[in-house]
Amino acid sequence: MGNEECRKTGEFCLDPRTVYLAPDFVEACVQNNRLFVKGNEAVAMAALEAGCRYYFGYPITPQSDIPEFLSRELPKLDGEFIQAESEVASINMLLGASATGVRAMTSSSSPGISLKQEGISYMAGSELPGVIVNISRSGPGLGGIDASQADYFQSVKGGGHGGYRIVVLAPASVQEMYDLTMLAFDLADLYRMPAMVLADSVIGQMKEAVVPHPRPAVDLPAKEWAVQGKGGGEQRIVKSLYLGDGELEAHNWKLYAKYEQLRGKEVRWEEFLADDADLVVTAFGSVSRIAKTAIMQAREEGLKVGLLRPITLFPFPAQAYARITGRCKKVLDIELNTGQMIEDVRLSVTKDTEVFFYGRPPGAGSLPTPEELLEQIRKHY
Amino acid sequence: MRHDVFIAGFGGQGVLLAGNLLSLAAIAEGKNVCFFPSYGVEKRGGAAMCTVVIADGEVGSPVIGNPTVVIVLNQLSLEKYGSRVKPGGTLVINSSLIDSSAFARTDISTYRIPMNEIAMELGDARMVNMVATGAYVQLTGAVSDESLAEALKKALPERNHRFIPANMKAVAAGAQQIVAQAG
Amino acid sequence: MQQVFHRPVSLKDVQTHFCPGCHHGTIHRLVAEAMDHFELQQRTIGVASVGCSVFLYAYFDVDVVEAPHGRASAVATGVKRARPDSFVFTYQGDGDLAAIGTAEIIHAANRGEDITVVFVNNTTYGMTGGQMAPTTLVGQKTSTSPYGRQREKDGAPIRMAELLAQLEGVAYSCRVAVDSPKNLMVAERQIKTAFRYQVEGKGFSFVEVLSSCPTNWGMDPIKANERVGAEMIPYFPLGVFKNVGNL
Repeated sequence: MGNEECRKTGEFCLDPRTVYLAPDFVEACVQNNRLFVKGNEAVAMAALEAGCRYYFGYPITPQSDIPEFLSRELPKLDGEFIQAESEVASINMLLGASATGVRAMTSSSSPGISLKQEGISYMAGSELPGVIVNISRSGPGLGGIDASQADYFQSVKGGGHGGYRIVVLAPASVQEMYDLTMLAFDLADLYRMPAMVLADSVIGQMKEAVVPHPRPAVDLPAKEWAVQGKGGGEQRIVKSLYLGDGELEAHNWKLYAKYEQLRGKEVRWEEFLADDADLVVTAFGSVSRIAKTAIMQAREEGLKVGLLRPITLFPFPAQAYARITGRCKKVLDIELNTGQMIEDVRLSVTKDTEVFFYGRPPGAGSLPTPEELLEQIRKHY
Repeated sequence: MRHDVFIAGFGGQGVLLAGNLLSLAAIAEGKNVCFFPSYGVEKRGGAAMCTVVIADGEVGSPVIGNPTVVIVLNQLSLEKYGSRVKPGGTLVINSSLIDSSAFARTDISTYRIPMNEIAMELGDARMVNMVATGAYVQLTGAVSDESLAEALKKALPERNHRFIPANMKAVAAGAQQIVAQAG
Repeated sequence: MQQVFHRPVSLKDVQTHFCPGCHHGTIHRLVAEAMDHFELQQRTIGVASVGCSVFLYAYFDVDVVEAPHGRASAVATGVKRARPDSFVFTYQGDGDLAAIGTAEIIHAANRGEDITVVFVNNTTYGMTGGQMAPTTLVGQKTSTSPYGRQREKDGAPIRMAELLAQLEGVAYSCRVAVDSPKNLMVAERQIKTAFRYQVEGKGFSFVEVLSSCPTNWGMDPIKANERVGAEMIPYFPLGVFKNVGNL
């Protein structure tokens, strides 16, 4: 099937003329027209398919499959892979590459993402696109490498200085690692801002069958701001410094307007058995998967339980909560932390909705099981 | 249809290969699969575990607290995970390396299979994982033998394809043990 | 009548914000002249740093990216890798390059990035108000070394041009000054040489330029200019420390 046809049907496509998915790698993992790959590998494949040819990173567990994959494949595509001296350097290399108008990416895990916050703030201020993948791990500090959602605040509230937001996408399957990475590049370009894919070691390390859709056709604005050398045209400047009277305030309102636009147009979420639910569980990423099994078990017991899973963490799907809690008055928020998303959930539900919380701060042995979540469902039902 | 299995042993016993193989076979049959590996912190010889969930519909959780089937390949895994088998579920023990005389759960089915001996008789101790896989497939019918044979081509690197017949013999031997013990 | 002196086309026709007697303006001019010499204006991407040099885009009529403090050479790495046909230079001060940006400059140099770094050493943090820099001379009083820099406590000033010359990836490293007509002429020539390295695709080039900072030194422009020769050059010797291609 050719790429054009794939685009129309959205089906599996391995046409090497138009889709690049690392042919040797695909050969090793293609099965029944699907690719059996790790979440991290799906991220790397999607980046290539999205046209990203520049990657800058620094090794850290549990995301190293991404730089390993790209260090192997990018040279074959005349792309650039740099293992930088630090996370700080790698985010700034991303800033530089992105400033010239190319699609570029970095990936890391929580402590490394902390180091990148300086660059992310500058990119937000300079209105630069760019994709940052956080296969997060537990903290604070060195913490551990366990699956964690403790970076929710850092990701969605603007992790660096200056009061900005970035797009934050939270995949819950290997297929979504693929699809949302590609979406991250498009949203970053559309809104001229950094976009983050936020997952953890569960989603990064698990393997599932992926249908590698070809890059969707999206109308993207020309990058008329990109620095490429004047080439006879007007001088272009990529900067975040605004010193003139009123300039910076206006700039901040301009950024804010984009965040509002995102809230209106780009929210994404999944509802699972939520229509008739008397209790709606809300969770994102890895723990939403665990919750799903618990919900299926609860349904077998006759409990009307559903799931509301934000896919975009910023913009947060507030309207979905408002609508669902118009009818269902009990929400159980489950997170791999001591309670972060719950603040946004509370702001989004209707006034008379009860919001319960169950959290497992990340660490060895702290990943909850479906049975454990079923207990919580029974308790609050 | 839903199947979930947890396989645990130490690095080198082929735990992850067994999980990959089951997953690939299930994908070949058009099913949805999630394979979730986990390891000890050691780079060599540490603990190796994986969960495989196979479903016609939503796979749901990649981790299962009380798996329907647990396969333990070494002593430590029995001690850590034997208690986790879902009531009414099944525990498969590699009796070559595990003393299970003290293990006394009566609410589950327990099979003791001398996997190392069987694998060695068939020519290679490394086929312990294939014996375990054969036992699992016989127990659950989660995937067909044909799919397993086909999946081996994917799971093993090209240079090892000559071992596929031997591996399938190990699978058959594992299955045979279940048949005999269920007797 | 022949015009023998004119504003470089790469430099905008605007007044700078630099203090009277500051060497930044002169250094800007030398850089712009080198740019004109190789006809680079249309394909240059400058990387501005944080400090007095941040307004690069206001004076140079070329495309500019503004980097976070100290990260100019990492940003330049990204720019050059993505646009290998462009001419990429950074313009950094001593706090930026030799303190907070040490890791970035060392590793960009060590990778042999095909970029040119102009490093302005005035022994102090200029824009933030004259605090002690890694290049502040021993005994020099600044707003954060009110008793003078102490070797035992603060270490000795870092000689970046010599340090970078040790790295395999560096093709060209030199130190110049612009405090006298003679030094200025050498500076002009060596900045061009540094540019030539990148123009010919021959690797990482580095020019350290000693500069005055009359305001923060608490000196009038003439005294400040004299200090460059009297105090700085004895510790920061002028010269070429590496020139692999003998360009």
